[in-house]
Amino acid sequence: MHELSIVYSIITSATEAAEREKATLVKVVTLRLGALAGVVEDSLQFCFEAATKDTMLEGSTLVVHRLPVIIHCATCKKDHEIQGIQSYRCPVCDAPSFDLRQGRELEIESLEIEVGDDNPDR
Amino acid sequence: MTTRIVELRRGVLKKNDLLAAELRQRFQQAGLLVVNLVSSPGTGKTAFLQKTLRELLARGRKVAALVGDLETENDARRLAESGAPVRQINTHGICHLEAEMVAKHLEQWNLDDFEFLFIENVGNLVCPSSYDLGEDLRAALLSVTEGEDKPLKYPTMFNSADVAVITKMDIAVACEFDREMARRHLGEIRPEIRIFESSAKTGLGLEEWLDYLVSERAARRGVSAIPDLLSK
Repeated sequence: MHELSIVYSIITSATEAAEREKATLVKVVTLRLGALAGVVEDSLQFCFEAATKDTMLEGSTLVVHRLPVIIHCATCKKDHEIQGIQSYRCPVCDAPSFDLRQGRELEIESLEIEVGDDNPDR
Repeated sequence: MTTRIVELRRGVLKKNDLLAAELRQRFQQAGLLVVNLVSSPGTGKTAFLQKTLRELLARGRKVAALVGDLETENDARRLAESGAPVRQINTHGICHLEAEMVAKHLEQWNLDDFEFLFIENVGNLVCPSSYDLGEDLRAALLSVTEGEDKPLKYPTMFNSADVAVITKMDIAVACEFDREMARRHLGEIRPEIRIFESSAKTGLGLEEWLDYLVSERAARRGVSAIPDLLSK
């Protein structure tokens, strides 16, 4: 929920990073989004388009990498990807596990930026 | 014009996370155990917390509470009847509490004066799950009137909880509440979750809950579990 405030946060972080790199514009923002992050991708895309107007990110694409939940099974001693978010049992031995190794992420993985040549006489 | 990729790997919701981390450190330094109570509206957070505050005070513990609602000071008034210091947070429309609101409402208190701080969140099983308040324990409450499958309907929230408290057990029979099924569903969504069955009305489960809070504080804050002062 609160995809709009999340988008504002993305815009702030991306703009800071882009300015540090002396970019003229941001073309792509790639996000890692865990299944348990509580964020709806469709809402995020809708808000992204609206909120990036008149910013360095205007017209950019938001790419979302959805991450499944990965639990560590103490019995098998291995990490396993699980389907959905309703059941946290090892797919191999059925032992329940709360040891989450992936699934709550909400982070900017990378940006694709355009860096202008602002000193052609260099 | 050249195009470049910049690796960031930077968490979003950064501002809240940073503030929550600061709060967490302050709480730890003050020897405070902090509990964030979440549930649907009407589950009985306030009644349960009022009883908790009253009983902890009776044991000679130093406690305080913050309570969040969109409007009214009603819950703060009810909680204050316990004798504990309480402050109301009015969000005026925001559907969850955030670290900034908690920090602001703690300003006039000296955290060293307390051992336990309870934060009663806005009644909502969706949005509060994303907002870290710097708490040690997140307690998700559900009442016997809400259905045994509540955890399955709100997996993100229940999965993020450390503790579940089933409330209104005094009317469990009238509601035909299946406690085994509810406990099973809680365990499916959040394996190894600690479950308390309670009734604020009759006092069922309160002793066990208080003992748990005291031992959690002892374990996390490295304080000795001094025998509680029990009063009649």
